[in-house]
Amino acid sequence: MIVADRKSLDEILKMLKPYKKVLLLGCNECVTVSATGGEREVGVLASELKLSRAKDGQEIEIREQTLERQCDHEYIDQIRPFVGDYEVVLSMACGAGIQYLAETYKDKTVLPAVNTTFLGVTLEQGVWSERCQGCGECVLHMTGGICPIARCAKSLLNGPCGGSSNGKCEVDKDLECGWQLIIDRLKALNQMEKYEEIIPIKDWRTSRDGGPRKRIREDLKL
Amino acid sequence: MRLNYPTNIKVVKVPCTGRVDTLLILKTFESGVDGVYLAGCLEGECHFLRGNLRAKKRVQYVKTLLEEVGLGSGRVEMYNMSSAQGQRFAEVAREMAEKIRALGPSPVKKRKL
Ligand code: SF4
Ligand code: SF4
Repeated sequence: MIVADRKSLDEILKMLKPYKKVLLLGCNECVTVSATGGEREVGVLASELKLSRAKDGQEIEIREQTLERQCDHEYIDQIRPFVGDYEVVLSMACGAGIQYLAETYKDKTVLPAVNTTFLGVTLEQGVWSERCQGCGECVLHMTGGICPIARCAKSLLNGPCGGSSNGKCEVDKDLECGWQLIIDRLKALNQMEKYEEIIPIKDWRTSRDGGPRKRIREDLKL
Repeated sequence: MRLNYPTNIKVVKVPCTGRVDTLLILKTFESGVDGVYLAGCLEGECHFLRGNLRAKKRVQYVKTLLEEVGLGSGRVEMYNMSSAQGQRFAEVAREMAEKIRALGPSPVKKRKL
């Protein structure tokens, strides 16, 4: 899932300063699961904003709405009948959702209430961890199912570096060395021959370096 | 036992403090209350095993939210007592009422939401 962090109330209040009528939009997908921008978090943020404004004797009107997704037209279109009643849209979806709203409602100011951070997994309730950086050319078959791009601090393709010590990464003593994990796993799988193979220099154009990516399935197009 | 506790405390009964969610506490502040405290069972004695421990964490979280909002974290607290501790109930009620009195009325109350 896509994992995000709520922005601080201070930052959100600054963005909202000129506005009194706010449409606060959550998203029912990833940010709900990562407890950042679902219906509950929409409720909490709306309450925080109202309390904060009331404390300072300022008005604010907030409509709370949580869409099934903010990255698909059919859901974004659901706000069309009333979006015009609000001065600003504050979105708690990931960056993709926020942008799609802004693209759809061109005359509306759309503000982000979250910082979108990573593609990851739920380690335990309340704890999420990064796993993939969407590099566009997956090498997990070479690395025992552990991603060297996302889990090595330097995204080394042939690691570890000299900073790996006792299984920890040099950038943070609490951080596991991604390459130590890969080696341990390959050993356990009896696939150390894969470790001996040198992974060639990566063509980063399949990642962000080639500009924004697009995927097309002609058979599905209408 | 006919114990007295401050009359300005309104008791809201819930089946377990684990039922009290973050938003519920925030909403009470929106309605203008000066403070909220949860009276949970003793730790380790929750009928639902972890309800009061979860409530404790939520109260901690609400403290950070109230701090962010500018109402101050002291307006919400968690206490634990057993249903046999009537004395303790009255004592906590007085303690919390005193604490809130010292903090003064909620700045949200003066101006209606
Ligand atoms: S190699 Fe690329 S696609 Fe595969 S998990 Fe890592 S970042 Fe994601
Ligand atoms: S110590 Fe390990 S994880 Fe950290 S940069 Fe070096 S190889 Fe990567």
